[in-house]
Amino acid sequence: MPRYFTQDHEWIEVDGDTGTVGITDYAQGQLGDITYVDLPEVGAVLKKGDAPCVVDSVKAASDVYAPVSGTVTDVNEALGDEPELVNTDPETGGWLFRVKLADAGELDGMMDQAAYDAYVAGL
Amino acid sequence: MSDTYEINGQDTGADEAEAPVTEVLPLDAWHRARGGRMVEFAGYWMPVQYEGIIAEHTWTRESAGLFDVSHMGQLFISGEGVEAALEAVLPIDLATLKPYGPRYSLLLDDEGGILDDLMVTRWTEGFYLVVNGATKWDDLGHLREALPDAVTINHLEDSALLALQGPLAFAALDRVVSGEYPLSALTFMKGGQFKLAGVDAWISRSGYTGEDGFEISIPAEAAAAVADLLRAQPEVKPIGLGARDSLRLEAGLPLYGHDLSPETSPVEADLTFGINKRRRAEGGFPGATRILAELANGAPRKRVGLKLEGRQAAREGALVFAGNEQVGVLTSGGFSPTLNHPIAMAYVTAAQAAPGTALEIELRGKRLPAVVVPMPFVPHRYHR
Repeated sequence: MPRYFTQDHEWIEVDGDTGTVGITDYAQGQLGDITYVDLPEVGAVLKKGDAPCVVDSVKAASDVYAPVSGTVTDVNEALGDEPELVNTDPETGGWLFRVKLADAGELDGMMDQAAYDAYVAGL
Repeated sequence: MSDTYEINGQDTGADEAEAPVTEVLPLDAWHRARGGRMVEFAGYWMPVQYEGIIAEHTWTRESAGLFDVSHMGQLFISGEGVEAALEAVLPIDLATLKPYGPRYSLLLDDEGGILDDLMVTRWTEGFYLVVNGATKWDDLGHLREALPDAVTINHLEDSALLALQGPLAFAALDRVVSGEYPLSALTFMKGGQFKLAGVDAWISRSGYTGEDGFEISIPAEAAAAVADLLRAQPEVKPIGLGARDSLRLEAGLPLYGHDLSPETSPVEADLTFGINKRRRAEGGFPGATRILAELANGAPRKRVGLKLEGRQAAREGALVFAGNEQVGVLTSGGFSPTLNHPIAMAYVTAAQAAPGTALEIELRGKRLPAVVVPMPFVPHRYHR
């Protein structure tokens, strides 16, 4: 399934009309120890660029931006007991929320893995 | 993801018209070579973390952490009439200050607001002061103006300052230090002159973590050798600013610029132990009128500890409510690695300051339940 990346270090993996969103390994490394994740409500309607989710680390609270517009269909309930999954497994088990895409065209121009890796290497 | 660092005490100077050049401390290369992630703090590049804040925090509580606090201002003040001159600017009783033991004091403005908090130690020929890094230049200006010409202020810019903190700090330092008397002669808030890695080291048994530990002043050119020697002890790991902040918060110790400011008085800040007994009786220190009145009648608000329910931390600036009424504001906050729940410091109205008072903290449109608790959050383990 195709996976896209933002310059703000979110990833979105698209399966049909649904995208799974998380933050990248680079992002979790920058944040450090994650102690709490404030997830959106299922059913919340997001616009691309909204900040529906907050990742709390020992040193900061950081917004996670919606990489696309759409409706939240699912959130990762496992993070309630184990927020550290975002540190240990950010790009699979530490996913944050799923969203039903309002406009698949918003994915155009987002980075693929190779482009994102090059972007991070340049930071 | 937003790119934010919210370490308490960080002073990026970003909104100043002329951004000052970030300075380099003596151990800059030492930190970088050991994986320290460097950030701007108080005008210097400093390590915010090495392996991770929680790991470093826990290591300090269980073993011994090595902190570089060379950004802090070390001053030596001496000359004819120095005692009276210092008592005119600090609410300290120097008559009861024995040699070589640091004492906490407060630099106050004429309205009783806190300009800085600091340590004062009597040395043979004068007084050794350690002041906060972010305020040291303002402190120097204030002192130069306030102290008479016969009193000399030496800014010890060629000295570095390290802290070794934790239950195994004594074991690690005792192995490598020498002096006229053993390190064990120092109890909490006592100091002395020792040799460390071949150089003179001023060592006091004090710190900012709530643990037993030491603060070590050494010549800047020897800082790397001393840091290497301490780091080579199996109990010791280097610790960054991130864990320094979470450790001091758990210990209930205020951080200047956040929990203390010119807007707060010592009585509001619950630092009345910094107003020494004779000075309470005699007055004659800056802001005495207000401070003595607050000592007698209470202050309208007070610095308190808050324990939050759940896991979501609230931070500086969050508003505190009792029902619909805003009764305070957070000045520090974060997740406590030792207690495994969020904690905070806040100024709340006197009526809401008693331990056990249930309050709410507003965060992103939500209300988080919190309760006033005594500080320290984690008991101090000083070697008295």
